[in-house]
Amino acid sequence: MEEGKVFSQSLQESAAAYSIIQEKFGAAVSALDANETMPFFEVVDPSLWTEIALFMREHPKLKFNYLACLTGVDYPADEKLGIICNFESLGLLNHKLSVKVKCARNGGSIPSVACVWHTANWHEREAYDMFGMTFTGHPELKRILCPDDWEGYPLRKDYKVQEQYHGIKVPY
Amino acid sequence: MQELDTAGLGSVRVTRQSDKVVIIEKDLATEQMVLAMGPQHPSTHGVLKLECLTDGEVITEAEPCLGYLHRCFEKCCENVDYPAVVPYTDRLDYLAGMNSEFAYAITVEKLLDIEIPRRVEFIRVIVAELNRIASHLVAIGTYGIDLGAFTPFLFCFRDREIILGLLEWASGARMLYNYIWVGGLAYDVPADFLTRVKEFVNYFRPKALELCNLLTENEIFVKRTWGIGIMPADVAINYGWSGPMLRGSGVKWDLRRNDPYSIYPELDFKVPVPDGKHSVIGDCLSRHLVRAWEMDESLKIIEQCIDKMPSAEGFNSRSAIPKRIRPKAGEVYGRAENPRGELGFYIESDGKSTKPLRCKARSSCFVNLSAMKDLSKGQLIPDLVAIIGSIDIVLGEVDR
Amino acid sequence: MGNSLNAWSEALAGFYLFGLPLGLVIIAAIPLVFIALYSLTYGVYGERKISAFMQDRLGPMEVGKWGILQTIADILKLLQKEDIVPTSADKFLFVVGPGILFVGSFLAFAVLPFSPAFIGASLNVGLFYAIGIVAIEVVGILAAGWGSNNKWSLYGAVRSVAQIVSYEIPAAIALLCGAMMAGTLDMQKITMLQSGTYGFAHFYLFHSPIAWLPFLIYFIASLAEVNRAPFDIPEAESELVAGYFTEYSGMKFAVIFLAEYGSMFMVSAIISIVFLGGWNSPLPNLGAIALNDWTTGPVWGAFWIISKGFFFIFVQMWLRWTLPRLRVDQLMYLCWKVLTPFAFVSFVLTAIWEIYIP
Repeated sequence: MEEGKVFSQSLQESAAAYSIIQEKFGAAVSALDANETMPFFEVVDPSLWTEIALFMREHPKLKFNYLACLTGVDYPADEKLGIICNFESLGLLNHKLSVKVKCARNGGSIPSVACVWHTANWHEREAYDMFGMTFTGHPELKRILCPDDWEGYPLRKDYKVQEQYHGIKVPY
Repeated sequence: MQELDTAGLGSVRVTRQSDKVVIIEKDLATEQMVLAMGPQHPSTHGVLKLECLTDGEVITEAEPCLGYLHRCFEKCCENVDYPAVVPYTDRLDYLAGMNSEFAYAITVEKLLDIEIPRRVEFIRVIVAELNRIASHLVAIGTYGIDLGAFTPFLFCFRDREIILGLLEWASGARMLYNYIWVGGLAYDVPADFLTRVKEFVNYFRPKALELCNLLTENEIFVKRTWGIGIMPADVAINYGWSGPMLRGSGVKWDLRRNDPYSIYPELDFKVPVPDGKHSVIGDCLSRHLVRAWEMDESLKIIEQCIDKMPSAEGFNSRSAIPKRIRPKAGEVYGRAENPRGELGFYIESDGKSTKPLRCKARSSCFVNLSAMKDLSKGQLIPDLVAIIGSIDIVLGEVDR
Repeated sequence: MGNSLNAWSEALAGFYLFGLPLGLVIIAAIPLVFIALYSLTYGVYGERKISAFMQDRLGPMEVGKWGILQTIADILKLLQKEDIVPTSADKFLFVVGPGILFVGSFLAFAVLPFSPAFIGASLNVGLFYAIGIVAIEVVGILAAGWGSNNKWSLYGAVRSVAQIVSYEIPAAIALLCGAMMAGTLDMQKITMLQSGTYGFAHFYLFHSPIAWLPFLIYFIASLAEVNRAPFDIPEAESELVAGYFTEYSGMKFAVIFLAEYGSMFMVSAIISIVFLGGWNSPLPNLGAIALNDWTTGPVWGAFWIISKGFFFIFVQMWLRWTLPRLRVDQLMYLCWKVLTPFAFVSFVLTAIWEIYIP
């Protein structure tokens, strides 16, 4: 965190929550990106992601019981795919924090947190559907919005739509 | 001992008479039946498909299949400028277009860090709350239909029509408004608008009560919804439920109150939660009641906004709209309380382009619906219909 | 006026042409023509207009003045529609189902006395026949539901059969109370026993202090027997799409609909005959003002029973557009744990009343 800047209260709360996680996991998490719109940190070691998630949900001073949103993102420049999770301690401590987890663009996988938050179940399916990263440990990882036999991952930046789908011309 | 031919039989009771084994009772073998409910079914509220495994009338498993109304909202957003996303947001939750626009507008404004004229904020809240009432009217009306009561539906639509008329007067469109722009409004409201809204509030208040009573004081309706589809509060939070669904489970959580945006902190309204007297907390009836009570709170909000409304003198609804929306690099997660729950937008900007790098809509219906599998286990088919109705899904928002 | 009408109908009954009792045929044909007319105009148009009134809208307004010709337009539309038989359907059952349903619902009309002069077949077991013949409908429904080869139809058919068979028990017991009061099963005799100069005071509804109970039980059970709300679970449109007639279109659909409206009128007529005096005038003679005498006669009789039938149909529609639908298990609960025990209670009480209180 930069010194000499006045942070809003919610950002201070997020920073406090982050410091607990950082204390426990040390180098496995990156420094907090303390911006006003969406303070987040990145999980440097994705293999610890499920453990961090459980810690975030269960620690009495964190209690992130609510996964508001899980967004898949494509980073073509870094050859990476990622997810961004927006957490909140709903009704308990009322602080917010976001987490980024990244994996390799081709054949990369991220541990699933569907066992920690039910919300993650469908959102991870959606991220898989749109970006193609796999979630290890997900109860049923299959496409959710696109048909099961759709080719490619539509929200990747370099996605080219398939020509034909069951004899139907796709590009209009 | 001789072999018994039990092919095609279910449970068999046998007895032994001297050397022979005799079947004294036999049952036909039963199998579970796959029942595809939807995508064209009257009570799946659009093109939702539920693949149910049924044992007689009992659902042993129901798997929602989505995507029939997927229109690539997020991909479209990446290819248009920030202001051009607004009409797309209308098409997410097409029953509450104003609320969706509102959520998107405040998200981008958060990223841009700009000040909005106060009158704009008041008008936004008025139209959003009007739309919330309209949306709840559809929810309540169609819930009546799901349970076989047709008449409340038409009463709801009669009153919703007035709201749509008002919003059409303000924006020029009946459902897909494109009215709340990033940084302002498309137009100021017409001169007489606020008087008409006030008239509507006075007209609608007794009607809302009547509508509420028409269903909740009906013995059969209560019997059909009481204790059906109970969702405990902690599981609801874990599922990411929000809005009336979460409040139906007894969690007093409303983004207008708990994560205030716009001018909501200045307004006085209650966050209704079931008290356990009228219903079992977390059941279908609670969710229905929360919606009915919320309409009343929305009326209160509208009244206060009209009273506090800054004057229109020298007001330009587009004065704060940036000439060219190009936010600095960064990410934002903004959200607003929609009639169906938390509508969130995750937007990432690279700081160079006038188009969002990534725009994800966190749809409340999508998240609320994900609990369907657990809720429907072991329910009867009529109860399944009651549960889907109480979730109040809009497939435009589920599939995006 | 009543007397002149009587005289007129008697004259008509005595009208022979080439040795054939043409007058009688005309009198006999009036109710049957009426049934068709009623089904077309009152049943459909009335339901639309009544529901529109209850729902704060106008209903059909375009075809003819106040939409009076709407039903005819509908019939024309149904006639022109393609008569689809699904490829995977059991063709025989699919075709035969609506027929059985239609015949079953209209067979009971044979024993309904429409006036002192007209009854299709004056059976001495008329009431028994009317109760029994309704069960034929079950066969039609099952044939239609199974033959459609559609899961929703099957659900609808199974639900319908379970419902009709269950509700026949309280319905039959409640009607037996009426039969006990009359001491006969002949519907014409039951009606005649309820006539008298005091009009409605002779009706079996006011015959004993517990007569309202079988009346109420039969009315509720009859709603279930003809699949009307709040017991319309066999065709619950929000659950089972359209129940057993999901796959039907065109004229077959119209036939099923006609049968349904026919059944509605049938149960309404039965309840008016057994409990409300059938074709008897409800008006009493008040001294010199002999209202009852003036309003009694073959034509008046038809008028009264039809009005009574209409009244009950109106109540059925009223309920339909007011109440939500019960769930399957709640429906069975109501039948077996509420209506049937109360039907037995009313049966015993009626018997006691009939034996010990003259």
